[in-house]
Amino acid sequence: MSARADLFSARLALGWLVAGEARAHPARFLGTVVAIAVGVALGFAVHLINNSALASFGEAVRSVNGAPDLSLRAASPLGFDELLYPEILRTEGVADASPVVSLEARARNTAFTLLGLDVIRAANVTPSLVGQLPAGPDQASANVFDGQTLFLSRAALDAMGASVGDRLDVSANGKTVPLTVAGLLPGVGDGQAVGVIDIAAAQWRFDRLGRLDRIDLALSDRAQAEAALREKLPADAVLADAESELQQGGNLSRAYRVNLNMLALVALLTGGFLVFSAQSLSVARRLRAFALVRTLGLPRGGIVALVALEGFFIGVLGALLGLALGYALAALAVAWFGGDLGAGYFRGGNVQVVFQPLAATVFFALGVLAATLGSVFPARAASRAAPAAALKNSGDLADPRRPVPWRAALILLASGAAACLLPPVGGLPVFGFAGMALMLAGGVAGVPWLARKLLAPLARRRTLAVPVQLGARHVFGSPSEAATALCGIVASTALMIAMATMVTSFRHAVDDWLVQVLSADLYVQAQGGAGFDRQAQARLAAAPGVDEIAFSRQIPLTIQPDRPPILLIARPVGADDAAAAPLVLIEEADAPPPSDAVPVWVSEPASRLFGWEVGEAIALPLGQGARFTVAGVWRDYARQQGSVVIREADYSRLTGDFSRDEASLALAAGADPDAVGQALVAALPPEMKNAVSLSQPAELRRFALELFDRSFAVTYVLEAVAILVGLAGVAATVSSQTIARGKEFGMLRHLGVEKRQLTAMLGFEGALLGLIGGVAGVLLGVALSQALIHVINPQSFNWSMSTQWPVATILSVMAALLLAAALTAMVAGRRATAQSAVLAVREDW
Amino acid sequence: MLDSPAPDAHAHAPIAKDETLFVRGLQKSVPGGRKLFSGLDLSASAGEIVAIVGESGVGKSTLLNILAGLDDADAGEVRIAGANLGPLGEAERTRLRRERIGFVFQAFHILPYLTLRQNVALPLALVGADARSIGARADEMLNAVGLGARGSGYARDLSGGELQRVAIARALVHRPALILADEPTGNLDPDTAGLVLDLFAEAVRSRGAAAVIVTHSRATADIADRVLVLTAKGLVDQHVGAR
Repeated sequence: MSARADLFSARLALGWLVAGEARAHPARFLGTVVAIAVGVALGFAVHLINNSALASFGEAVRSVNGAPDLSLRAASPLGFDELLYPEILRTEGVADASPVVSLEARARNTAFTLLGLDVIRAANVTPSLVGQLPAGPDQASANVFDGQTLFLSRAALDAMGASVGDRLDVSANGKTVPLTVAGLLPGVGDGQAVGVIDIAAAQWRFDRLGRLDRIDLALSDRAQAEAALREKLPADAVLADAESELQQGGNLSRAYRVNLNMLALVALLTGGFLVFSAQSLSVARRLRAFALVRTLGLPRGGIVALVALEGFFIGVLGALLGLALGYALAALAVAWFGGDLGAGYFRGGNVQVVFQPLAATVFFALGVLAATLGSVFPARAASRAAPAAALKNSGDLADPRRPVPWRAALILLASGAAACLLPPVGGLPVFGFAGMALMLAGGVAGVPWLARKLLAPLARRRTLAVPVQLGARHVFGSPSEAATALCGIVASTALMIAMATMVTSFRHAVDDWLVQVLSADLYVQAQGGAGFDRQAQARLAAAPGVDEIAFSRQIPLTIQPDRPPILLIARPVGADDAAAAPLVLIEEADAPPPSDAVPVWVSEPASRLFGWEVGEAIALPLGQGARFTVAGVWRDYARQQGSVVIREADYSRLTGDFSRDEASLALAAGADPDAVGQALVAALPPEMKNAVSLSQPAELRRFALELFDRSFAVTYVLEAVAILVGLAGVAATVSSQTIARGKEFGMLRHLGVEKRQLTAMLGFEGALLGLIGGVAGVLLGVALSQALIHVINPQSFNWSMSTQWPVATILSVMAALLLAAALTAMVAGRRATAQSAVLAVREDW
Repeated sequence: MLDSPAPDAHAHAPIAKDETLFVRGLQKSVPGGRKLFSGLDLSASAGEIVAIVGESGVGKSTLLNILAGLDDADAGEVRIAGANLGPLGEAERTRLRRERIGFVFQAFHILPYLTLRQNVALPLALVGADARSIGARADEMLNAVGLGARGSGYARDLSGGELQRVAIARALVHRPALILADEPTGNLDPDTAGLVLDLFAEAVRSRGAAAVIVTHSRATADIADRVLVLTAKGLVDQHVGAR
């Protein structure tokens, strides 16, 4: 009979043993189930939220685009020449083409996308964007080609509190135009704010004559059309389809989502460690029981199967509970924080959390795997114990002379550090994460060694009080026991310290950068697509109290259709203008650019994303035939997707666009910012007076830091949960270890040690454990923080920074750990020492 | 030391290989090289109880572990119910223990989280016996040791003597050929020990098993058919016991 058949024969016995253990220690069993449930819940919730947000983003893209076969899109909001349209229409493989003007508009304080369409063409290409008149007989006369007719989606209408027939003042591209709501857009998805007017009205009334933003295409032969269109594509346009648009949205938030998922998985990892701690203790306690069943004929593999089976059941229950909790958590988080959990990646749209069976299966499997693996390791160790010896001994075989292993820890730490040096894969720090996981494993494996080293001086001292001596020698003599209790908390503390260090460093770097770039006294920003024309610029410059004024223009620029657009910033550079914010340069070209090249300064993320080096010639979809050279790389923490600065004179020359949307001012000596602000608004034309915002640098800095904190809020929550799970692990394992030492306490009391001395000893032991866990967690956290700052962050977000240590957080975590471990040990100790000393030393289970 | 007749290292009868337990020329040293025993011969036939006595550290428990296949001898042959332990691997030895050997320990080793019925039935469950018959056979054994009404109880409800009776029931429930008992009354008071030993002897003999008891206790040795003293030179017959 094979070993497997033997195990199968013994299935009834295995079932009894598993069920019996769960019945005998329900709190331990439930604790481990909850730990796995929390891990699965967080992972599943984050995944559900991310995917729901992406699905909603996709819905928004489809709603605004009307799902054409293919689109030719302008690379920037400046659009492209409408003369391209008849050429595109004649292209082979193109069945029909619908020209579109797309504007970011506002009406009744509601932002929406305003599309100008040729209704006849759109009916063939993007029918979902065609408006529908109300069915009533009195309304039938409304003319869809009328320049004042506006069709709105249900979401836009509701947000504005308007109804069909209402007249609205719609602002876009710096113009405000009265339009009448003639009907609805029934083809636009729920929650998407979209408006449609006739294309001629859009061009004429919103100052877009001769320009188009996209041409939607219906294709008869896709391959033929794509090949022919690429030939005709101007520099300021790209070909895009729904897939590339979705990818663009996905790319924008991908790194954030991956990092969030990793953080959520930390909780699951901590849960796995907690199962490991609990099962290690449970196995240690049951060594004689295992020896008995092995003596009675259970094969060695039966012990592994038995404990793994327990882990499996813990995993199944925990994962099922976690999936339910995760779904509820996702629904709550989306309701409270939105689909991007406050990070600001996806605006608008109704995020609906949808249960995802495949993801649920994966997270269920991860939960079961974590719990089973957490059980298999201690089970394998237990199965190797000689049954005859284990039957005679109580299992407490601590030997202070036995050297503790350290090589495995060192190898894991070294290979982790080496993995961090490898480049990203597909734009993601895959090796960085693998390196962190290896370092984490190495750190946890090194805890026994650290415990020995830390406690050696204490264990050698003979002048200490008895409780302190006993406590120190116990922890010194059994460092593996300490490591078992601490593995979960070391992992979660290390990651918490690492995250806190990264966030502190990042926040510090952003704050410093903000102080440097917000050097003007006052900022004026045009809202809702409005802009300052040359006349308005002159009026602003002449307003009383203004000493210097610098204007800038910011437009999104699509470099690749499947990547989020970068931001092109046209502004004064260097000594051009005293009021302009300085560019915080990281790298600068030594030689001036060639005379026929336009110098541009790329941000650090843009440089990393597109591989743009200083002095390199690059292509930008701006101005026919223009050549651009990178004159420098500057620090920019505001735009993750990258940005490029160009001198405003170059910009206007290349685009013919003299409009500006932002002004930074240096005030005359003694001028009051509020008074100057009022003067500036007064200087503007009437339609722009309500379309500008004024801000002072302190305000902008506070707002930016608030945004920063909000986007990291969810990471704090995830870290806190991981720490709580880890602390629960320490509490559970310290208490189990303490209770399991009842016989030792009974013996000590026979020798005359008082109960209060025992409690003091346990408190001291607990504090030592907390100290070891804290020191290990902090040391490991420091190492991991460097991986986060110098590997994960640059490879995920393309930002670099220097390290700032969150000293207060580190000290608080250490103090919390020390206190929690000491208190738990003391509380458990009271229970363990409560039984009679005589009973405690009885040789029995 | 136990009473006369005087030890005689060479007085034992010839041993036949078809005995339930057959041991020939066993030798064992501890790590460090000290020889525990050498040239050790032993046998036990069905229904026979053999007690092994000796000073502490002489290797009584080690001998028992070797007989159980839990430890290896340096030399010699051990056969249990005809099976030679020497060439068997761990899995085969485990199966032999499961099917042919019962154990009684000093510390009872009754699993506290199983019912007494489950504890008794554990050897049956390990061999994969029919689930329906397991409960009935465990109850039968509990009846035989006078605890028939306590099957659904747990170890914490029982006294030491009662726990050892449960252990005896567990040792016999799967009708093993050989029972190995290590200080079975070491944790019991003399009166309780006497009752448990009578029960043990009756149960072993009535079921036709052979038993080897390792003990310090004269009272325990007295229930044996033969008492052997373990010395560094092997086993020495001491006297014929109760039967």
